[in-house]
Amino acid sequence: MPRVVPPVSSALLALVLASDAMAQPSDGTFASNQRFLPKDGEVLFRSICQGCHMPEGQGATGAGKYPALARNEKLEASGYPVFVVLNGLRGMPPFGPYLDDEQVAAVVNYVRSHLGNDYQDKVSPDDVKAVR
Amino acid sequence: MSDTEPPVSRRDLLTLIGTLAGSAVMYQAMASLGFAADSPHKGPLKLDGDPRGASVLILGAGLAGLTAALELRKAGYKVQVLEYADRIGGRCWSLRGGDRYTELGGAEQRCDFDKDLYLNPGPWRIPYHHYALLDYCHRLGVALEPFVQVNYNAWLHGQRAFGGQKQRLRHVLSDFHGHVAELLGKAVSQDKLDDMVSREDKEILLEALRRWGALNQNFTYRASLRTSDRRGYARDPGGGLSAEPEVSQPVGLGDLLKSGLWRYLATGNLYEFHTTLLQPVGGMDMIAKAFARAVGDDVIQLNAKVTSIRQDDGQVTVRYRDSRTGDNPRTASAQWCICTIPLSILSQMEINVGAAMADAISAVPYGSAIKIGLQFKRRFWEQDDAIYGGISYTDLPIGLIGYPNHGYGDRGKAVVLGAYVFDAPFAYEFTALPPAERVRKAVEWGAQIHPQYRDEFDSGMAVAWHRVPGTLGCYGQWSDAARKIHYQNLCQIDGRIALAGEHASYLPAWQEGAVLSAIDTVTRLHQRVMASR
Repeated sequence: MPRVVPPVSSALLALVLASDAMAQPSDGTFASNQRFLPKDGEVLFRSICQGCHMPEGQGATGAGKYPALARNEKLEASGYPVFVVLNGLRGMPPFGPYLDDEQVAAVVNYVRSHLGNDYQDKVSPDDVKAVR
Repeated sequence: MSDTEPPVSRRDLLTLIGTLAGSAVMYQAMASLGFAADSPHKGPLKLDGDPRGASVLILGAGLAGLTAALELRKAGYKVQVLEYADRIGGRCWSLRGGDRYTELGGAEQRCDFDKDLYLNPGPWRIPYHHYALLDYCHRLGVALEPFVQVNYNAWLHGQRAFGGQKQRLRHVLSDFHGHVAELLGKAVSQDKLDDMVSREDKEILLEALRRWGALNQNFTYRASLRTSDRRGYARDPGGGLSAEPEVSQPVGLGDLLKSGLWRYLATGNLYEFHTTLLQPVGGMDMIAKAFARAVGDDVIQLNAKVTSIRQDDGQVTVRYRDSRTGDNPRTASAQWCICTIPLSILSQMEINVGAAMADAISAVPYGSAIKIGLQFKRRFWEQDDAIYGGISYTDLPIGLIGYPNHGYGDRGKAVVLGAYVFDAPFAYEFTALPPAERVRKAVEWGAQIHPQYRDEFDSGMAVAWHRVPGTLGCYGQWSDAARKIHYQNLCQIDGRIALAGEHASYLPAWQEGAVLSAIDTVTRLHQRVMASR
């Protein structure tokens, strides 16, 4: 079952992307199994983050918990969510391999200005690049 | 036909091959004694010596915890098991008609599958070389049946391959091998590989390519009875009048290469997918149930949510609550503790182990995976397509369609694995949808391969492993770098606490990893207990 798949060459990747880039829903989700393709911060939140952190960013509790992103003071320092999205944290997987700098900036900016968070400063793709 | 053809002209050559094969077989026979030399499993565990009532608290009633409980109890330990969920088994799990499953976030699904039908949301196949798990299955009386990994008549499907037209595995496989054999044969015949192949090997290679690729006497891959013996016929051989078979036309090499379908051809060649694979009759959780019967229900406490693990010089004390209500805080204690709680959860918990183990516990992200079971009104894959068990692969977001490997020919409903993806965008994107929407999409996409989906769909169950309350993810997704730094530290006995589970193995996500990890931990713990006497 799950095994770590080695990175494919760029020529091969182009072929693979071409073959599964038959766009499914119009928002860019389910378009590629190699990378997330949506560019919009809210779409990225809806198609990735809410899987664990839940639709209102309220988090969830079972045997362990997924922390709430809603009204989360740890998001004040923008470098923190950028680092966690790129590298993961404890059980959370890293998303750096699946998202480019623009996408990481977009989803971090969305979360920091929605879900009851109101941080005005924006993260730029260059800020993300610096953390990679 | 071609596989059994009598030796032809190259008598010397074949004699030579026979000699080589004979010596290899001889070597293998000499190298393996009793349990296979390539397995860490050496047969039933023997824990010698009397632990004189030493006590062990086991956290988690998945296969690791159950293995530990079974062996320790047998060796004379006092054993208590705490389990978060309301059932034993952990990821060794089957969903059946009447079951209710509530995922994180509160969405509840009711399973409407017919009697004897099930979905294994977790592991669903057992390689023949998972010796430890199979050994327990045999000893605990778990009936097994074949799990079909490779079905030559199943489909390979690419959205842009052959204009989206699904292809039979036997066509893609036979034609790919045939074309490659022909190309390589040409290179050899034209002396282009002389630097790499000796004159003697060249003769052997040509003969091998001819047989492997179903080439004709001119070493070309052309439509013939010989190639149809591999890929199947346009019209199969029959009996009586009109019985003559009609040969089928191979697909061209260029079309095959551009289709990308070759990417699926090696799946069955993976060691872990080699024939024969097995599955328990009636669902994977038959294994957990057999373990629980052997361990004794009296030592397993369900609905127990562990909140902290503390050790001191004399014992380990665990605090826990009723996992349904969050009330009723209690403690359990023992001289030793084997903790099989997934690291995704343990890394959030208060536990006083040394820095090295604590760092290891926090170093492992948990993989994403989704499985969707779809019940259909009839077995159209058997009745219309002659697909009995096995797997069709696709680049659609569902990843694959797994057909039931039991109940062949039944006229009633049946359950298909309608989606299985892990560790990649599609798994996350499915997880982020509500369960009913996951099922709806699986039906929609699957209908591109089996149009019968639209009329025959009955009901579905969707399990996204990041939403499973007791695991928060599917399995420990070790990177090579993290394993190098942390794996040894994770597997040490820290004072009175030791860990076990698939995350403490080199077989991530496999039940064999959980069982082997538990056997190793129990063995070392027992040595420590006996040494301290």
